[in-house]
Amino acid sequence: MSTEELFTVGLAVNGRTQPVTVPARRLLSDALRHDLELTGTHVGCEHGVCGACTVLLDGKPVRSCLMFAVQAEGHQVTTVEGLAAGDGRPHPVQQAFRDCHGLQCGFCTPGFLTTIAAALENYEPGASISDGEAREIVGGNLCRCTGYQNIVKAVGRAQEIRTQRAGPTPEHGAGQDGG
Amino acid sequence: MKPPAFGYLAPRSMEEALALLGDLGPDGKVLAGGQSLIPLLSMRLTAPHTLVDINRIPGLADVSITEDGAVVVGALVRHADLLADKPAFAALPLLRRATSNVAHPAIRNRGTTCGSIVHADPSGEMTAILALTGGSVQIATAGASPRDVAAADFFLGPLESSLGAGELAVSVRFGAPEARTGSAFLELARRRGDYAMCGAAVTVALDESQTVTEVKAAYLSVGPVPEVHDLTAAVAGRPYASADWSAAGDLAASLVEPEGDLHASADYRRRLVAVLTARALPLAATDAVDRSKVAA
Repeated sequence: MSTEELFTVGLAVNGRTQPVTVPARRLLSDALRHDLELTGTHVGCEHGVCGACTVLLDGKPVRSCLMFAVQAEGHQVTTVEGLAAGDGRPHPVQQAFRDCHGLQCGFCTPGFLTTIAAALENYEPGASISDGEAREIVGGNLCRCTGYQNIVKAVGRAQEIRTQRAGPTPEHGAGQDGG
Repeated sequence: MKPPAFGYLAPRSMEEALALLGDLGPDGKVLAGGQSLIPLLSMRLTAPHTLVDINRIPGLADVSITEDGAVVVGALVRHADLLADKPAFAALPLLRRATSNVAHPAIRNRGTTCGSIVHADPSGEMTAILALTGGSVQIATAGASPRDVAAADFFLGPLESSLGAGELAVSVRFGAPEARTGSAFLELARRRGDYAMCGAAVTVALDESQTVTEVKAAYLSVGPVPEVHDLTAAVAGRPYASADWSAAGDLAASLVEPEGDLHASADYRRRLVAVLTARALPLAATDAVDRSKVAA
């Protein structure tokens, strides 16, 4: 087979832009793991079903196995390695998974963490997330260990932690979280 | 589960994209959201010579409402964008009712409505909505003016559309609902966000005395292409509050010819057509009443 054309693209991952030289068919998930050695992003099914490889693209969850690395140029990618604060303090959802035993083997966990971290941004600190909303948030991620109950609990717990960290609740007008 | 090697081009303008697609002919394949194409590549079910990535082309990510109330969705509008689009919801609420059933948020953030239609999967929600609303696909080709292809002529079979080599679907147009017409969408899947075993998109039109005048339905995962069935005969002339919706469901079940597979037998799908139709129609009728109040 003839030599494949290679593309050099700047991947902006967790606030740092690094060049990678890859064939067009390199999945973003593989570029993260193999080229950038960010192995926090896990690869499960490789066809978009399991959600383990979910990363944030410009803040929104996407499957990194359903994108090519060459397509990520010009976008900000956040992986599970980018969720914790600079000082190492866990992201609220990471702390919540620990508090609620939201993981067992841990394989699916990075996908849940990124997915839930993005979903929390749709809620003001102090707003509550219903059980049904929590289930909808994690509905696109598969877990073979936990039975999901503790993951659903962790969504609510993560919001509590966010609220605590945001400090005393300012006087919000009601009804800000609709639509 | 790695895609085969392919050439990759990322044009920056529509002119450039059409020229490339024209030159490539059958060797070219458009990459937009990639949420259907990339799995097919990874499973090695398709091996295009060259992908033409349209994501860097400006001006394709707009949702607009025409003067007659149709909703036009550009080739790069993601499902999530359409879901959040308030003018589109006001013009055609059925769009949001159906789009919220398309896969999961992570897929909706990347997958495009237009691409979902071009993919022509009969289990796709948006193909059924395009057919039900009498919509069309706008197709561009290098050196020719764009042409509109009606939904009825666009879908040829499972994963097969009338989009030809060298062509680009630039937008889809969902037809405007008539006055006093309400809609509903229901589907049943084994898991939330998974492919539906059956789905029903329905519209009910009422006259000024709230009598049923027209009932239409389109189904997912039931035939090789999204078919639109007229169910008016089962309930026409009845006040909506006392219409026998299960009769319309039974009529629908007699009109469809589903095939069975691993997930649901043909008989079960036919039963789902009857049940989902009978459940969706009263919701659509109530929606018609609500909409005529808003309009009044």
